[in-house]
Amino acid sequence: MKRSKIALLIALALLALFPLVGATFYTELVTKVMILAIFALSLDLLVGYTGLVSFGHAAYFGVGAYALALLAPKYEAANLWLTLGAAIGIAGLAALLVGMFVVRVKGIYFIMVTLAFAQMFYFVFHDTKFGRGSDGISMNFKPEATIGGVNLFDLGNPTHVYYLVLVALLAVFLFLRALLRSPFGRALQGIRSNEHRMRSLGYPVYRYKLASFAIAGALAGFAGYLSAMQFGFANPELLSWHQSGNVLLMLILGGIGSLYGAVIGAFAFVALQELYSYVTTHWQLLLGATIIALVIFLPGGLASVMGRFKRTLVGEPEDE
Amino acid sequence: MDFYSFLIQLLNGLQYGLLLFLVASGLTLIFGIMGIINLAHGSFYMVGAYMAFSLSVLTGNLFVAIVLGIVLSVALGVVLEWVLFSHLYKRDHLEQVLLTYGLILVFEELRSLIVGNDVHGVAVPAIFNWSIPLTETLSYPVYRLFMSAVCVLLAVALYLLIAKTRLGMMIRAGSSNREMVQSLGLNINLVYRLVFALGVALAAFAGMLAAPVSSVYPGMGTGVLIICFVVVVIGGIGSVWGALVAALLIGLADTFGKVLIPEAAGVTVYLVMAAVLLWRPEGLFRRV
Amino acid sequence: MSDAILATTDLSRRFGGLMAVASVAIELHRGKLHAVLGPNGAGKTTLINLLSGDLPSSRGSIRYKGDDITRLSPDRRSRIGIGRSYQKTNIFQAFTAFENCRLAAQSRAPRPLAIATDALRHTPVCDAARKALAAAGLAERGEWIASTLSHGEQRQLEIAMVLATAPEVLLLDEPLAGMGAEEARRMVELLKKITPEHAILLVEHDMDAVFAVADVITVMVNGQVLESGEPAQIRASPAVRAAYLGEDAGAGDLTERGSRA
Repeated sequence: MKRSKIALLIALALLALFPLVGATFYTELVTKVMILAIFALSLDLLVGYTGLVSFGHAAYFGVGAYALALLAPKYEAANLWLTLGAAIGIAGLAALLVGMFVVRVKGIYFIMVTLAFAQMFYFVFHDTKFGRGSDGISMNFKPEATIGGVNLFDLGNPTHVYYLVLVALLAVFLFLRALLRSPFGRALQGIRSNEHRMRSLGYPVYRYKLASFAIAGALAGFAGYLSAMQFGFANPELLSWHQSGNVLLMLILGGIGSLYGAVIGAFAFVALQELYSYVTTHWQLLLGATIIALVIFLPGGLASVMGRFKRTLVGEPEDE
Repeated sequence: MDFYSFLIQLLNGLQYGLLLFLVASGLTLIFGIMGIINLAHGSFYMVGAYMAFSLSVLTGNLFVAIVLGIVLSVALGVVLEWVLFSHLYKRDHLEQVLLTYGLILVFEELRSLIVGNDVHGVAVPAIFNWSIPLTETLSYPVYRLFMSAVCVLLAVALYLLIAKTRLGMMIRAGSSNREMVQSLGLNINLVYRLVFALGVALAAFAGMLAAPVSSVYPGMGTGVLIICFVVVVIGGIGSVWGALVAALLIGLADTFGKVLIPEAAGVTVYLVMAAVLLWRPEGLFRRV
Repeated sequence: MSDAILATTDLSRRFGGLMAVASVAIELHRGKLHAVLGPNGAGKTTLINLLSGDLPSSRGSIRYKGDDITRLSPDRRSRIGIGRSYQKTNIFQAFTAFENCRLAAQSRAPRPLAIATDALRHTPVCDAARKALAAAGLAERGEWIASTLSHGEQRQLEIAMVLATAPEVLLLDEPLAGMGAEEARRMVELLKKITPEHAILLVEHDMDAVFAVADVITVMVNGQVLESGEPAQIRASPAVRAAYLGEDAGAGDLTERGSRA
């Protein structure tokens, strides 16, 4: 078995066994990190594989979270499966609608408009009655994972939540891996490599980009839903551009254009965050300085250092 | 809305738009000429406002504070370009976005460390601290008229600089072909440094000018940045003229939007952006 | 076969005050190679850009199999059967040569909804890619990363990619650019081999190659068609020779097949 596959399996085993040894606080922390990993994976599809740098991805994370918070009935628990499906669908739809405006536009423009649209979503949730304002929405009950009247697991129990999220992370990872090996996924990577050539080869590039944007948004909504499920509330800060910036940072930390890089990046980011906030309340200063140093001192950009420069296609011999 | 209320909102909208133009012109110059997207541009606005506050407390005089502030921001621009931004010229957009995002974090925390997180007011200078009466109950503050006038003057000066001077020619030449300009013996690094410092100074000056009116608070940098992005997207990247038209449009839309539909206040600007993008995906006056 | 598969009428493109292409009428027929010659700046690449859709025209029309395609986007033109190669190598640098061709071939059978299948298992596309690679002489280079190929091999890959899209019309922009003698000879052989199945427009500077393969030659100067006809006629034309007098050494003398510079 390849070395990287062994490493992955070990990591998976560690993750699976973690709640048995860790205290509740850490179980919840790692759950949070895994949710961020799903968020980072969703953005990786867009940035790392389609070449679209979005600075507004938190919008769809927030939409997923608010979907649960708004759909949850006041006096009883929501159904996990129904609300999850709805949240993913709504987030994907939101991304599709924004994508129609935004995907026509390239480069710097794209970065700016994705940020601007995310701000619009932020204001909708922050200012309007629909979004219930700056305090956000709290849910009185966690969703219930019932099928046919049978309660499958208890989402009030951190360990159950942990395993649910772990399974979700695996599912998203495997889904993206399959997607990227498919004809559609390879076309996306072609677009990232040379969009002009793809167009001249006959690919309707706009449609592919739009699809990628929508799928990425739907998956971000999935992560947002899980976040609201874990913490029991949704607030506008989930859509802030700090969130959008942080998830981009996760990709850089872990390595652009590799799926498990996104997961590693999420862990690395939270580790940095915890480390820095332990050292000082002004931890953002350290984070900012780290980001700046990261960009400046890695020659040829970050991709080369990660050693992933050669490996560009999922499915090539040396790959996961 | 009666005529005088309308007039007041109109003047407010124009004043806001002109202020946005100052900030946005710096952003679009830096992008159009140096090819760098600078997320930290809003931070310069904030830095300017806080400088106006602390320097006027220190010196007791807002005008002196502003002059000092301009000098300091030019210096800041030169240092930043020299130390950080010169690394970004050949880098791709993602790296520029990340570095400047890190810079925002640094600026915000430094401000928090040095000056704290409080909201401050800055007194309007005595000369301008009166209002022109319009009706029995309504009047318009002279300071706001002064702000608009200054912005217009600066806009004209900017136009003259870019269109009529040798520096402006160098700036315009630099934007199309860096190597060619260099081979002509023009010091492209100096030109870039000056342009960047100019951009920083414009944003900081806008912050200083706005301080008495909008007060000085932590989130002001990011707030203005995103609106400026909308201005640049609508106006077209690299076009200073487009930035002016778009800024006025946004200033008016935002002001009237807040008055007419208070609940959707923050959203109006983005709706305008969406509408423009539908009609002209490349912005109104795309040049680059 | 006497009907042109691609024909332009009064095709023009202006840039500000400059008419880069002025009122060009050109016809392509299946099984024929139509070469376009002209000094630098004659408008040859602009012409190809107009035909491929990379540039919109200012005036005039383009008809493909009788239908007006003047306003069609580049990707739609490719899908209806108009393929083009680029003068400046325009490949997927980070992918293998095989993947470059596979992506090209996939454009004909995109299957975007088959998100669970591995693209490498889709045999018809992979076979088409391998065939195109072999046709261009790159059968052994399939697993090489494109950026590691030699310049000549990259030019061959350019051609392989467009062949993999099974076009009816080929617009080739200086495929021999920068090639050595042996590579150029192979490219000429390839062109001869594929001409019967396609309608080809060839823009080239290499006179020897052009006279070896062309059925029709159009000479352009300053955006306009100077003369158009069979190779012998062009070779003997005084107007054409005048246009080339004093051009750069690579052009050679029109009346002899000398060595290329």
